[in-house]
Amino acid sequence: MSAAFAFDLLLVTLLLLAALRALTTPRLGQSLLAFVVFGLLMALAWVRLDAPDIALAEAAVGAGLSGVLLFDAWRALCGEPADEAPTAERMR
Amino acid sequence: MKRLAVLTAAAAFAALLIGALLDLPAATLDLRPLLAEAMPVSGVAHPVTAVLLNTRGYDTLLEIAVLLVALLGVVVASARADVTGDPGRTLAPPVATSADPMVSALARLVTPLAVIFAIYVLWAGAHRPGGAFQAAAILAAALVLLHFARIVPACAAPSRGLRIAAVAGFAIFLAIAALPLAGGALLQYPPAAAGLLILAIESGLTVSLALVLAGLFLLLADDPGGRR
Amino acid sequence: MSSALLYAIAGVLLFAAGAAGVVMLDHLLRRVLAFNIMGSGACLVLVGLAQRSGIPDPVPQAMVLTGIVVAVAATGLALALIRRLHAQTGRVDGKGEEGRDKGETVAGLTLPVPQAVAGQGRDD
Repeated sequence: MSAAFAFDLLLVTLLLLAALRALTTPRLGQSLLAFVVFGLLMALAWVRLDAPDIALAEAAVGAGLSGVLLFDAWRALCGEPADEAPTAERMR
Repeated sequence: MKRLAVLTAAAAFAALLIGALLDLPAATLDLRPLLAEAMPVSGVAHPVTAVLLNTRGYDTLLEIAVLLVALLGVVVASARADVTGDPGRTLAPPVATSADPMVSALARLVTPLAVIFAIYVLWAGAHRPGGAFQAAAILAAALVLLHFARIVPACAAPSRGLRIAAVAGFAIFLAIAALPLAGGALLQYPPAAAGLLILAIESGLTVSLALVLAGLFLLLADDPGGRR
Repeated sequence: MSSALLYAIAGVLLFAAGAAGVVMLDHLLRRVLAFNIMGSGACLVLVGLAQRSGIPDPVPQAMVLTGIVVAVAATGLALALIRRLHAQTGRVDGKGEEGRDKGETVAGLTLPVPQAVAGQGRDD
């Protein structure tokens, strides 16, 4: 087993763990965070699949933009009144 | 009980599909040689860009239409009673609370760099990884950062100018796609001009996609202190 | 086994986990997450399977590139609908039947419809 394949195996395991954590964690904030981590790991997976175009788009869109969208929706839905630095307070 | 059934079904599905993947015969149709053959007349040197904007331009054209429909859906779904009568008005005075000075400084520092990087990525798309989608994503991220710095306000409905800019990419793409209709088929660019036409399409797409992607966020964003 | 095939298999597992999540989870934001994970799994299968011989294939890569951008647009639309639902009914879970009574009394917007129907019935 080459080092590259070992890395692929590790990355796939981490991907599945991040996805499972995003789906099963009882706290919504942690599960959104796990989803952002999942998006970044996906970007790495695309690099390993020789698809730098997708990796670039995934890192910017999949992890960045949809993470921002989800966190904003979370704040609006699970609504304490929005104040300065609301996420830091609720991340704990 | 239901959980057990769903989990069993999902596990069985995964096991069957993995089994099928493992003894799948080699593909009978390989598009790679066909694409390699078409590369010299595609107008660009990067295969993914050639597929996106030339050989499978149809998909990309319709994808932009899908994005515009999604943006329209967001505009409709996020319309509120207090603002529907006045499209184009920004919701809440832009500076409701002052932004974090760190975020403000970061946004002012990063935005010009993001614009330069987006233009580079757009230009590089012709011969290496990059292109309209990635450039648009970078621009959209910069717009979202500007929103966090309270420089770009959340908007209830896009103004006329923004709406025209969001549709412009699709309109330019459609116009260029329809150009060769007189002598040939839709999206069949003349090989000599293909590179230039693709660059024109991509420039329009970058601006429109960035506005659509940022619009998805800005139309929904809660301005602290602004709404409620 | 090539590493591309490994990613395709991971894609299948992600798709199955996401599909189970869409069915089982109650909170609508979590369903959006599960839906996105399903989409990522499908993309991995598309690209991984096409490249299982080890040679990059630009055609599925371009398809997936458009797919990712469409996925984020779909996420934005879903979140807009969820926020609208929350604003009108105060609900953030997908319980259609059990939560219905509560939802209608809170909504106020869905109430007039059955009344109007009932009124027509009386007139006839």
